[in-house]
Amino acid sequence: MSFLLVQALSGLATAATLFLVSSGLTIVFGVTRIVNFAHGSLCMIGAYLGWSLIERFGGSVGGFWGSVALASLGAGVLGAAMEVGLLRRLYRSPELFQLLGTFGVVLVVQDAVAWIWGPEDLMGRRAPGLKGSVDILGQPFPLYDLVLIGLGPLVLGLLWLLFTRTRWGVLVRAATQDRDMASALGVDPARLFTGVLFLGSALAGLGGALQVPREAVNLHMDMAMIVEAFVVVVVGGMGSLTGAFLAALLIGQLQAFGILVFPQITLVLVFLFMAVVLVLRPHGLMGRAEEAPPAAATAAPVLRLGNRGGWIAVGLLALLAAAPLLVGDYAVIVLTEMVILALFAASLHVLIGLGGLVSFGHAAYFGLGAYGAALLVRHLGAPMPLALAGAPLVAGLGALIAGWFCVRRSGLYFAMLTLAFAQITWSVAFQWSGFTGGDNGLLGIWPSAWASGKAVYFWLTLALCAGALALLRRAAFAPFGYALRAGRDSALRAESVGIDVRRHQWFAFALAGSAAGLAGGLYAFAKGSVFPTLMAVSVSVDALVMILLGGVQTVSGPLAGAALFHLLESQVMRATDLWRLLLGLTIVALVLLFPRGVVGVLSSRRERS
Amino acid sequence: MTTPAPNASTDPLLRVEGLQVWYGRAHILTGVDLAVGRGEVVALIGRNGAGKTTTLKAIMGLAESRQGGVTFDGRPIGALPPHAIARLGLGYVPEDRRIFADLTVDENLEVGRQPPRPGAPHWTPDRLFELFPNLAAMRGRRGTRMSGGEQQMLTLARTLMGNPSLLLLDEPSEGLAPIIVRQMADAVRRLKAEGLSVLVSEQNTSFAAAVADRASVLEKGQVRWSGRMADLMADETVRRTYLAV
Repeated sequence: MSFLLVQALSGLATAATLFLVSSGLTIVFGVTRIVNFAHGSLCMIGAYLGWSLIERFGGSVGGFWGSVALASLGAGVLGAAMEVGLLRRLYRSPELFQLLGTFGVVLVVQDAVAWIWGPEDLMGRRAPGLKGSVDILGQPFPLYDLVLIGLGPLVLGLLWLLFTRTRWGVLVRAATQDRDMASALGVDPARLFTGVLFLGSALAGLGGALQVPREAVNLHMDMAMIVEAFVVVVVGGMGSLTGAFLAALLIGQLQAFGILVFPQITLVLVFLFMAVVLVLRPHGLMGRAEEAPPAAATAAPVLRLGNRGGWIAVGLLALLAAAPLLVGDYAVIVLTEMVILALFAASLHVLIGLGGLVSFGHAAYFGLGAYGAALLVRHLGAPMPLALAGAPLVAGLGALIAGWFCVRRSGLYFAMLTLAFAQITWSVAFQWSGFTGGDNGLLGIWPSAWASGKAVYFWLTLALCAGALALLRRAAFAPFGYALRAGRDSALRAESVGIDVRRHQWFAFALAGSAAGLAGGLYAFAKGSVFPTLMAVSVSVDALVMILLGGVQTVSGPLAGAALFHLLESQVMRATDLWRLLLGLTIVALVLLFPRGVVGVLSSRRERS
Repeated sequence: MTTPAPNASTDPLLRVEGLQVWYGRAHILTGVDLAVGRGEVVALIGRNGAGKTTTLKAIMGLAESRQGGVTFDGRPIGALPPHAIARLGLGYVPEDRRIFADLTVDENLEVGRQPPRPGAPHWTPDRLFELFPNLAAMRGRRGTRMSGGEQQMLTLARTLMGNPSLLLLDEPSEGLAPIIVRQMADAVRRLKAEGLSVLVSEQNTSFAAAVADRASVLEKGQVRWSGRMADLMADETVRRTYLAV
């Protein structure tokens, strides 16, 4: 009994920090309608800043709490700077660009933090005066956690006062509902939003800094935090503070008790909870239906290659097939990976280009394919052809399950749901080490003897990928593809002519997933190993960047984008350690240069001429 | 305050010259010219789709892409963002009301509040409740729980909290019961008496006739006729050409 009570209390302490971070995310979303990916990074910055300050000044009670406050302030200032430099230019952009832009910041922060503080986990000192524990029904409970439990409701109360009792709060609520009307009444939305970003980021930083005495500060905090905070915000209802508080309480308890029952898969449990809530209450516990229709800004005609395009494809294929005879082994390896990534990017394009569905977790299916193949080899001793056949099946099955949930929501919710599923598969691969090899991955996944030559494996890859690409292209210009695009451009009108939009999207999700799975399977044998990082968010984002580089409006765009991306990556990575920093800056530059998308720039140019 | 143009007092308060607006590729306004003098009520009249709402939005800086000259109080405002225009003393009352539904009546008024402005009437919640007695009884009520007429009054009161010297009033009589329309007309006349200038867009000529000194008739994105409101009411041909449905 007393053990359960202590467990519940520790769940409350977790809930408190979770609420701090989530409240910031939900406030920022409520006002700017942007899901700030970098929110987790700001939390991480708060933790690292807090660690440094506490190491230096945290000996005394005042020094400790002053350090926490200063770290929170620092995160707030960074968040405000981010609003001025980046978000402000993206308020009217397609969601894809908003998500990509803030993710660019995530990448930059990851490398910057690693560069400043080093890659090792940092154990902070404990809070002075709160080092001991109190006795609760005979069980010791950390005093510090008790303080955290009190802090949650305190912050909720303060925020409530801020938003209902101050002019600033009233203006923020007004601008949240109708930005244009508020500005027509003389409210400068830009200044307001900078303030909101400061507040939200300071809350993230506070949540991060308060973690220092509890657990080691590490470089995975950003993604772990953003995913958890996102789950809280979605469960609570996006934009709702009380909803976030309630959801944080529930999820804190779920984690506290879930770890007793299924220690390996707490994240899966949390996510299942979110899925159930979303099915029962699509807008979360306290959320309301969004009136804004999904922006069709990414929508663009998918151009069809004429006969000439067909000949170019055949010529390119012939040229690629001849390549191993002309170039060395290293180039053949790069080419193999390029072809695989082209299929991966093209499979994502089925969702984005045709379906208008921006997936932020497409790496899950790439990874499922890779792991599916590798596990078939490892545990069943399957030969390569069988494993390669299994890869798209495993990934397709995973996509069918995830897709069933994901296509129930559109826009941002869709993007974040796909991300959550990807984080789940990642955490399974990472945590279930007995089956998946955990962090060490699975090694020794080599092709069958007949395909072990670099050239032969390249030809095999080329044949399979070209076949899959032809299939995807066929689907794009079949009634299936037209129905998808109809659903993308106007779900309502498509439904009214008898198209089951959700069903088409679900199948598209499965199709895209299994194509990505085939790419993943081929990748596993090309590398000889699989690692959880294959499913990391950054891999999903890589695919998005490839599409961005190549252009959304053509089926062949992603292929060119993938080739260009991989060429750059393989060259730049050899030259520098700061690949993520450079990639992040490139992404930020891309979305700043083309805030309405490359297509938007082209079409506005066409209008003017 | 920067120094106004030398003959600001004789110049019209608002002057619009060759205003053009596009929505995407659609050319909505092809060249609107109009002026509102100090203390004057001008009606912008035209059929549905003539461009009345777009004209007011464009003056307020809310149109997507605009071109042409807009001068307010001797100052060009064509390139300013909406909040800067509002702070110069232009008050905008949208046709679709756009009450902040989650905010109470008092909070809605608070959003509109700006510092007092010399040369313009100064409004406080109490003075506004005098003008719109219905609102006084529901200060703590949220916007969602109000009738259309109450919302329309709140929209007007909210804009007045900014102490504007010129009101842009978009279709104030639309969708309201006749008794409320009469109250709105009374309110507009009282505002004029307080020294406010008003540009009011209307489809309802009788409402316009009840409040306006002058009229500009809009058709297909251009002003086709301008003159005294009384002359318009007397001129059957003009009304039949541009206004008859």
